[in-house]
Amino acid sequence: MSKVLVVLETTASGLRSLSLPGITCGLQVARASGGELHLLILGAAPQAVAQAVAAAGYGAAAVHVLADPALEPFTAEAWADAIVHAARTLGATHIGGTATSSLRDALPRAAAILDAPLLPEVVAVKTGDTFTRPISAGRALLDAQASGSLIFFTARATEFEPPAVGAAVAVQTIASPGLNTRGAQVLSVKKTESARPALTEARIVVSGGRGMGKGENFQILEQLTDMLGGALGASRAATDAGMVPADLQVGQTGKIVAPDLYIAVAISGAIQHLAGMKGSKTIVAINKEKEAPIFQVADYGLVAKWEDALPRLIQLVRAHKSAT
Amino acid sequence: MKILVTLKRIPNPDEPLKFTVGGLDYSSHKWVPNAFDEYAVEAALRLAEKVGAPDRLAEVIVLSICPQGQRQHLIQFLGMGADRAIVVDADEDALDTGTVAKAIAAVYKREGCDLLIAGKLSQDNEGNQIAQRVAGILGAPQACFAATVEWDRGQRALIVSREVDDGVEVKRIPLPAVVSVDLRIVLPTSVQNGATPANHAYKEGARLASLRGITLAKKKPFQVLSLGDLGLGGPANERAVAVKAPPARKAGQIVGSVDDLFDKLTKEAKVL
Ligand SMILES: Cc1cc2nc3c(=O)[nH]c(=O)nc-3n(C[C@H](O)[C@H](O)[C@H](O)COP(=O)(O)OP(=O)(O)OC[C@H]3O[C@@H](n4cnc5c(N)ncnc54)[C@H](O)[C@@H]3O)c2cc1C
Ligand SMILES: Nc1ncnc2c1ncn2[C@@H]1O[C@H](COP(=O)(O)O)[C@@H](O)[C@H]1O
Repeated sequence: MSKVLVVLETTASGLRSLSLPGITCGLQVARASGGELHLLILGAAPQAVAQAVAAAGYGAAAVHVLADPALEPFTAEAWADAIVHAARTLGATHIGGTATSSLRDALPRAAAILDAPLLPEVVAVKTGDTFTRPISAGRALLDAQASGSLIFFTARATEFEPPAVGAAVAVQTIASPGLNTRGAQVLSVKKTESARPALTEARIVVSGGRGMGKGENFQILEQLTDMLGGALGASRAATDAGMVPADLQVGQTGKIVAPDLYIAVAISGAIQHLAGMKGSKTIVAINKEKEAPIFQVADYGLVAKWEDALPRLIQLVRAHKSAT
Repeated sequence: MKILVTLKRIPNPDEPLKFTVGGLDYSSHKWVPNAFDEYAVEAALRLAEKVGAPDRLAEVIVLSICPQGQRQHLIQFLGMGADRAIVVDADEDALDTGTVAKAIAAVYKREGCDLLIAGKLSQDNEGNQIAQRVAGILGAPQACFAATVEWDRGQRALIVSREVDDGVEVKRIPLPAVVSVDLRIVLPTSVQNGATPANHAYKEGARLASLRGITLAKKKPFQVLSLGDLGLGGPANERAVAVKAPPARKAGQIVGSVDDLFDKLTKEAKVL
């Protein structure tokens, strides 16, 4: 019988919501391979979060905790060693989690230590060992099959709904083998402070590109974003030019988003940008060039300069919001 | 100090994909270097050189696992200024990711390297896992998705700022170590080695190989190894079952004015 172990992440206030899609993917793998889902929580003192997760159950057979001071702040070094230890202790056949920057960092390291394959950015589970994942900036979908007694995966967050709450399960403790960070040291973590919803979780995303000209011009996009209760995004050209912070980049190397509404302003629509937003339900493009490739994926395209279009759009949205 | 940089050749990402029954046909594609690997070499050269002086603080060795007749990309990197090249003679498309990582780790050990710089991602395969795997095999510290690197030569350590989900993490790793680079590593002052003046602004992007560089490149050491030389081989543990095009989006429409757009969004798409 298979044993699918999904690694979760925590924040100061509990389970990281981005961990939820990974649980759903893990459940699907467990079903496809005829086995059980197990959840793993790592941290310096993650017991309280583990209790809350165990109460929600999510269809898992058990929640496991491995506590060690070396697990906070996150380092790939200590986390990979912890995951390897948990995998051996539990006899896992599959190990995965949401494709966050932390698990993209730690899971391949753990997979290498255990000499196991890892299928990254899974968007669909075909069978217990065959998963679909995008390649070449999302221009193709590959069904890849992994073999061996242990298979790693990371799940693309936009492709799996959060899991339903299930029957409560028990929390089990895995004794730490004594972890360290192998000399690595986290000196600081600078979080981008924002009152807006996270890019990867927002229902509406408004993104600006190089055509915005300079950072100050993003104020008008922020105005629209806030009126819609959305998140702000950007193209690589805009982040590289320092108009907005790098973590707002949407695309192959940035955030993958799939909101209900994506508004791309002054973005040309390079394949690397499309790779990060093509899954959005409704796409709007505002660009002054009617040949811009972004129009090929847009549900609604407006050929206009943002300087002309945005003030009127903001006016209409404001009137609409105050009327409803 | 020895810096190993890994390079992958990829089918030109600007050419459209050609789908066959269940697969992809790259036979007419031009093969080009993976962009992240161009950035990796640029980062290595910036660490190794002292701008304005002939001194070199490190040797830069480029490594590619690729078949015979597909090695043009290495000449380009030698032309940019890398010191020598090592090739592992294999068709990397037939290898699994684990074997590619093992081959890189084996060369790293054989050469006694102090640092591996890899790209964060190969643009075709999008694995985002080679650097992490090599670090795991070596038991070395890792700093992935690097946006800036500062070399503390006195302490033999690197201070790396890494792009993480909601901001930037600064991580200090002792050498020997493994780094994977993100796009912003090639901004003008992203790499600091304590020898080139800190305010020296490099031209953004990876440097081009000069004509003279290419001529010199052809005389630089170029070593070819087999998987057997590295004690590797055996069946792959990953297999492509099928490749298909993603579902197409339905055709959109061009609207005539902002008012039209707003109308569509409220009444047709009902997203506002
Ligand atoms: C390895 C690699 C990875 C990459 N990853 C990413 C990624 O993750 N995300 C990403 O976004 N890019 C990525 N890129 C970069 C990508 O290829 C493009 O260069 C980038 O997306 C272009 O950004 P842009 O559309 O803002 O700029 P441009 O291509 O310069 O387009 C600007 C657009 O603005 C329009 N415009 C100008 N002025 C106005 C105006 N006043 N009003 C309205 N429209 C106007 C122009 O018509 C033009 O279409 C990557 C590239 C590489 C090589
Ligand atoms: N065949 C190869 N030869 C040399 N380096 C490689 C090869 N494949 C991958 N790499 C390196 O690993 C990085 C990440 O690749 P990937 O994990 O496939 O996304 C690339 O940017 C390269 O630096």
